[in-house]
Amino acid sequence: MSELLRIEDLKVSYGGIEAVRGISFDVKEGEIVTLIGANGAGKSSTLRTISGLEKPVGGKVTFNGEDITGANAADIVAKGLMMVPEGRRIFPNLSVIENLRIGAYLRKDSLDEDIEKVYEYFPRLKERSWQAGGTLSGGEQQMLAVGRALMGRPKLLMMDEPSLGLAPIVVQGIFEIIRQIHDAGTTVLLVEQNANMALHVADRAYVIENGKITMEGTGKELLEDEKVRAAYLGSTSGN
Amino acid sequence: MLENLSAFIPNLPQVFQPTSPLFTVLKKAAVYSLVAVSMNLLNGFTGLFSLGQAGFMLLGAYTYAILMVPASQKEQVYYLFGGCAFDFSLPDAFAAIFGEGGAGGAVGMILSCLIALILAGCVAGFFAYLIGIPVLRLKSDYLAIATLGFAEILRAIFQWQKLGPVTNGANMIKGFTTFSSFNITNASGATLLRLSTFVPFLVSSVCILLIVLLINSSYGRAFKSIRDDEIAAEAMGINLFKHKMMSFVISSFFAGVGGALFAMYVANAQAKAFTSVMTYEILLIVVIGGIGSVSGSVLATFLYVACSEWWLRFLDSEQYIGAFKVPLLRNGFRMVIFSIVIMVIVLFFSQGIMGDKEINLGALIGKIRAKRERKQ
Repeated sequence: MSELLRIEDLKVSYGGIEAVRGISFDVKEGEIVTLIGANGAGKSSTLRTISGLEKPVGGKVTFNGEDITGANAADIVAKGLMMVPEGRRIFPNLSVIENLRIGAYLRKDSLDEDIEKVYEYFPRLKERSWQAGGTLSGGEQQMLAVGRALMGRPKLLMMDEPSLGLAPIVVQGIFEIIRQIHDAGTTVLLVEQNANMALHVADRAYVIENGKITMEGTGKELLEDEKVRAAYLGSTSGN
Repeated sequence: MLENLSAFIPNLPQVFQPTSPLFTVLKKAAVYSLVAVSMNLLNGFTGLFSLGQAGFMLLGAYTYAILMVPASQKEQVYYLFGGCAFDFSLPDAFAAIFGEGGAGGAVGMILSCLIALILAGCVAGFFAYLIGIPVLRLKSDYLAIATLGFAEILRAIFQWQKLGPVTNGANMIKGFTTFSSFNITNASGATLLRLSTFVPFLVSSVCILLIVLLINSSYGRAFKSIRDDEIAAEAMGINLFKHKMMSFVISSFFAGVGGALFAMYVANAQAKAFTSVMTYEILLIVVIGGIGSVSGSVLATFLYVACSEWWLRFLDSEQYIGAFKVPLLRNGFRMVIFSIVIMVIVLFFSQGIMGDKEINLGALIGKIRAKRERKQ
């Protein structure tokens, strides 16, 4: 498998406070990779920097062989790297279909096929096609945020805490869709606090603590690791 | 078109006579509705709270006026400054091509007017681009203050005596083509066909139509997404600065055209008219109509202008019902009532008359039809 995304020694700080302190990892084509960690560990900052919303103070981001460090967000999206932002951030006053069309803003070709595909993943969205995004429930909004990002036909889809604030049953649905999207050929980089779900779905995983990567391995390895279990899975006994 | 009724139907009620306030209201509202819609494009659809509208109108009005004063009038208009420093005038240029009178003259007048209107918009748009580079990096209230300040500075500059040979200082520029120039007269000067209300309606409608087309395009969708959530819009690959600039320049372009129309309406261009009060007036119209609704803005403009110029006028003079003198009515009382009406609207229609909905004629007809069918 060829390497799609490579992060080398990435550093991000907000007004002197270092949020990310030299992170290195890579994502290969066709993988699901997850970054897990507690609040404030620097997961979201890493994603936001990769997608161009923040500028790094040091390090290098390579996507598909091209250096995209510090490029602006629009150029990065154009290269095929889409993000599902934290807290969904759908456009509340635009209809569902308008939200989806915005996701494909940089594309000039016909969108009908992609809209159909998103509606296949999320039949609920089809029912609500003309409804304003803000009137959807939390779960539906998350579906919309994922669908919106898919509209850009990303090579790599980055998701920032898709399970945030959702009921367990809805979270399961979302992860099921992540697996389907992955099976359909999209590489996924997932940032999660819900380590249990994330590790089950991931090929490989990294643990971030205080802006540094402290552990890495396959999803299965980390699931069985005692320290991970204690810190992120909330139990020490195997069940 | 209504204006011409009196020529064909004798004994028409006073309202339809050409001197009726109805036509003043219609002309002014046509002009204001364009400016209101242009402001709504920026404030309502892109979420940029800008208060520079009067400044861009001023630029448009002066561009139009300076280009449209014929050479024969310049001596008289600029008498304080010993003539105009700016020799060119569009009507003369076109008169040289098409001739002075008759059909050629009419074509020349229409073309010169059209070009001057477009240039008025371009000048306003160009200045918007220049001021936009630093100002559009500001957010919400700061942007409002910066644009408001810009408009006030412009007004001061245009009143500066040193620029008198071009802007006529604090005096008004007159003598250019106005709405009434479009009335068709016969050789003896009697009016055959009045087009002075039709012309502003035509220009405004075309401009508003263009804005609506823009709003419904993918650019319009991008503007709305920026209004809803800047960060998400950026994450979707929308270049924030580029799109904000686009909206700002286009909005200012149409404000400039609106300013030129305003100069045509009042038949003079004077910096004194384009104060921040004018911006507030337009902002009020946008808020009353509904932020994010084009048809709301247009509807609100006609109601607002009709109230301020016509329907509430009677409150300003003493009125008698029989022998009873109605108390309180005196000069200025109109504004009291007007303020109360506006407060009621803002309190009870907090989203404005239309919210962010549009009047949809098709849906309206459908509803009426459905109601009828239910009755049968």
